[in-house]
Amino acid sequence: MHDPKLLLLDPADNVLVAIQTLEAGDILTVGGQRVNMPTRLTLGHKLAARTIPAGEKILKYRVPIGSATRDIAVGEHVHLHNMKSDYIQTFTLESGQTFSTNHDHH
Amino acid sequence: MIITNNAYLRADGRKGIRNHIVVAYLVECAHHVAREIVYPYRESGVHLIGFGGCYPNDYAARMMRTLCTHPNVGGVILLSLGCESFNRNSLSEAIVASGRPVETLVIQQNGGTRKTIEQGRKLMEDMLAKVAEVPRVPLHISEFIVGTVCGGSDATSGITANPSIGRAFDSLVEQKASCIFEETGELMGCEDIMTARAATPELAGILRDSVTKAAKYYTVLGHGSFAPGNAEGGLTTMEEKSMGAYAKSGASRISGLLKPGDIPPRGGLYLLDVVPDGEVRFGFPNINDSAEIAELIACGSHVILFSTGRGSVVGAAISPVIKVCANPETYRRMSEDMDVDAGKILDGRASLDEVGREILDLSLAVARGAQTKSEELGHQEFVLTYKSFEPIGPSCLPSA
Repeated sequence: MHDPKLLLLDPADNVLVAIQTLEAGDILTVGGQRVNMPTRLTLGHKLAARTIPAGEKILKYRVPIGSATRDIAVGEHVHLHNMKSDYIQTFTLESGQTFSTNHDHH
Repeated sequence: MIITNNAYLRADGRKGIRNHIVVAYLVECAHHVAREIVYPYRESGVHLIGFGGCYPNDYAARMMRTLCTHPNVGGVILLSLGCESFNRNSLSEAIVASGRPVETLVIQQNGGTRKTIEQGRKLMEDMLAKVAEVPRVPLHISEFIVGTVCGGSDATSGITANPSIGRAFDSLVEQKASCIFEETGELMGCEDIMTARAATPELAGILRDSVTKAAKYYTVLGHGSFAPGNAEGGLTTMEEKSMGAYAKSGASRISGLLKPGDIPPRGGLYLLDVVPDGEVRFGFPNINDSAEIAELIACGSHVILFSTGRGSVVGAAISPVIKVCANPETYRRMSEDMDVDAGKILDGRASLDEVGREILDLSLAVARGAQTKSEELGHQEFVLTYKSFEPIGPSCLPSA
């Protein structure tokens, strides 16, 4: 079970969405576990609904929105520091790559 | 269903929900004069649009033609400096052919700024009298065109406002209205679920190609449609933002693909492809939300549903913009700018279906003449830049 401040958009998802501001020090229930919020998070940010190993797809709306770049603990903030796009960032000019139509869009 | 008995019938048979006069400058050098002509009439339904560039562009010419002959437009005054390359005669002829009154003022031939402003305001009095006589007729819902766009998105956009707009779209499409969603650059990652909704396999391929084209375009530019504010609001990746944006399209079958200036041939749900064809030439496909709104209006949209999380305030020239606020905290701060409080879904005060119904009802009320918040506040943003498109092929609009 999850705290009512957190929204599970689809049962298949491994992230929850904060539907109100979470303050540092708040204790939230995530997946039946009690989690202490280390920092303040505003509405709309994501928390891991369960343990997410590095490389696993992040699922929101039952759709992959990127991959974990390192192991993510239950209740941890999921954002730029621990996940990445499987999409546009792979193909920026800065990384010296060009767009490839062989790319698998999943 | 008849939405209203007071639509404005144009000589070309199209029906508007507003009776605006458009003053259009054909190069930036004529912008000031055009704006001065509009100023005393800015609360009398006179709107300012224009194209700033001095060099010719087929896309801009087509946009200006479709906007000046939009069903919400009753008459047009064109403002030319005189030496720009925009073909003012061909634009004027297209407006004449649509049966709308049109006047052209050439500043260099008119003796300069002051004389042209004076003459423009004189012409405006006559034009206001002319458009006031436009016949009023019933508007059936199958003749109603609604576009949607999102801007200033945050993670609430995809949870509240966008899916609510999707519900309103489903209901409109079911009643044979035309609904248009857009920004293929914000659909990257949604290809599979989106193409599964296409009316024909050929159209599915075209929808997928349009997203591939957008991905390629943004890759060359080295920048997705992802602003720093999106990440601050909790969105992490392009595809996450895409899913949120995609929710605006609802769940109906997709009937076709349009490019800017194409009018939906019949009721249904359409994707507007806003990313230029060919090599990357003129920079970002759309430099801001207002450029996207102008394209939706050029496709004949009577009304625009604008979803915002962080709080956009824009409206538009020609067609009213209904702002659907996704974030309850933003709504509390900016309620004077917002038409719908979709954030109440997060507080448990309404369901997605209820807010979808509210958006639908408000769209119909606005078609009957109710003013949106951005209309009341005088917002009439308009942006038009250089682009290039190939015409759509027959498979883009399969017959129903």
